[in-house]
Amino acid sequence: MAFEPSAGAATARMGMLAGRAFEGVASVLRFAIVVAGTFLGLLAITFFIGRVVPIDPVLSVVGDRATQEVYEAARQAMGLDRPLIVQFFSYVGDVLTGDLGMSISTGRPVVDDLARVFPATLEMATIGIIIGVVLGVPMGVVAATHQGSWIDQVIRVLGLLGYSVPAFWLGLVGLAVFYAGLGWVAGPGRVDIFYDGLLDPVTGLYLIDSVIAGEWDIFWNALDHLMLPASILGFFSLAYIARMTRSFMLDQLGQEYVTTARVKGVSERRVIWRHAFYPIRIQLITVIGLSYAALLEGSVMIETVFSWPGIGNYLTTALLTADMNAVLGATLVIGAVFIMINKISDVLYRILDPRARR
Amino acid sequence: MIDWLLDDSPASRLQANMGRAWRVWTALLRNPLAVVGALIVLVLVVMAIFAPLIAPYSPVGQDLANRLMPPSAEHWMGTDELGRDIYSRVVYGARITLLIVTMVAVIAAPIGLVVGAVSGYFGGWVDRVLMGVTDIFLSMPKLILALAFVAALGPGIENAIIAIAITAWPVYARIARAETITFRDSEFISAVRLQGASATRVILRHVLPLCASSTIVRVTLDMAGIILTAAGLGFLGLGAQPPLPEWGAMISRGRNFILDQWWVATMPGFAIILVSLGFCFLGDGLRDVLDPKQGEKQ
Repeated sequence: MAFEPSAGAATARMGMLAGRAFEGVASVLRFAIVVAGTFLGLLAITFFIGRVVPIDPVLSVVGDRATQEVYEAARQAMGLDRPLIVQFFSYVGDVLTGDLGMSISTGRPVVDDLARVFPATLEMATIGIIIGVVLGVPMGVVAATHQGSWIDQVIRVLGLLGYSVPAFWLGLVGLAVFYAGLGWVAGPGRVDIFYDGLLDPVTGLYLIDSVIAGEWDIFWNALDHLMLPASILGFFSLAYIARMTRSFMLDQLGQEYVTTARVKGVSERRVIWRHAFYPIRIQLITVIGLSYAALLEGSVMIETVFSWPGIGNYLTTALLTADMNAVLGATLVIGAVFIMINKISDVLYRILDPRARR
Repeated sequence: MIDWLLDDSPASRLQANMGRAWRVWTALLRNPLAVVGALIVLVLVVMAIFAPLIAPYSPVGQDLANRLMPPSAEHWMGTDELGRDIYSRVVYGARITLLIVTMVAVIAAPIGLVVGAVSGYFGGWVDRVLMGVTDIFLSMPKLILALAFVAALGPGIENAIIAIAITAWPVYARIARAETITFRDSEFISAVRLQGASATRVILRHVLPLCASSTIVRVTLDMAGIILTAAGLGFLGLGAQPPLPEWGAMISRGRNFILDQWWVATMPGFAIILVSLGFCFLGDGLRDVLDPKQGEKQ
């Protein structure tokens, strides 16, 4: 008799654990379905753009200078005589097996082209987000703790400019001022022309490849070329990150526990960094994830201005030559990376925030 | 007059609407940044309407003897590589910018509102399907999507407008859905429904008008982004085609002269920044007045 309650509690606990495990599995499954659905949606959109919008999808793939045989072959290969839904599933199958078609301007498979140009974009966007985080977060914190001070005003202005300055225009002005005018940085391209092609592409990231090869000249040269475009990208993420950090910090600083900590005699620095900043790290991860994804998008414009051989430049070149396979491939890759970064920061948020974990 | 506007018990619908508009207007006037924003937008509209009167030269008239002249008393913003007056081109460019933002708002906002209101009003599987599509569009990078659409449709100003509108509507669908859900089950909707109003009538006459204020705020705030996207498309040669004086395309032409004749590329950029800032200021001001809850969240 005496055991009964505890046995009951044990079963209850077992049940609860099983329930929680089930909930965990269910939420992972639900998440996987949402992610898969979003990717399928992305594929549906690129399929729609490639096959439904153009008047003659074959022409948009082979170009208008193709011979009759090439045209017929492409028409056969694309299976345009089949129903749209069948075409869609064969398109999904192609993409899943890594077949994005051939590019008419480079004459190579789009997948190979994209793999070759992606590291350049990744390198620039990563340095950009590092600049944005390293400068933006502390600026946001200072703006929140010194409301109305000059740094607060600077962040207001930067935030507004981040919304209203065209990235390509800022790139041009940056080139005119810092490259042509002051000579502080190197010009367009990833390295000077005589360093071009000297590096073995291990990672495709010049900063890392040059260190691996021990070529410090190339490292400094690549950094010189990278600084300006990455700073301009960094400016846009700085503007956003600083503004969000400021508003998160103001939320926390207005809470009673902060007042309690101050009344207790905790030093101001500790109140700010230990008490108020600690809980906002999680929100910041989402913000940083979002702006990292936005940087990949923003690099399209910047790359055009700086002749940066990345995915953005590849996309715009393809746009101007009406190279549809390349356009759709690049759109797909940027879209997929964008969605992935968003979902990953979503998951991190859920794991780190105990309130969202339930 | 003002007493009539501020009457607490308006006698007619007109008086109530006018009174409300007057209150919004006076509240806006108390916010200096909003006034600055409204003035900038007003200048844009005036420039667009009276461009032939304001611009000292023709926007397409070439004068090869005076090509690439620096800013001077005769040519306030200098001349471009064909000797065209850049100030006149910027003034005429206001027409294109205004056309693009108005058309995008006119196309995207109603689509988004209807999708959102239908989704929120009916709920169930309709809601799930419509919001699924909306969320897919929302999770896509906007600029890239617009670029891909223009690539398929072909370059040109109409296609640029369509492409931007396609990427802009999902936000309004989200807003309209959220608003609709809050008053879907309220008594005045039930009363209308009991009088025999069809779902179409309820949505069009009673649900959508209530989404108007938050949508106006959002559209104004989105204008800066729309202007930047349109200018980006123009810069890449996919938007308005030459010789149209579109600001982004003008920057693109000035690219080749950026090192020596800086004014060709920079002047249209200042116009873009100023107009985008104007819409930001106005949108912030409108949000504080029309949608105070949103303001607190920011």
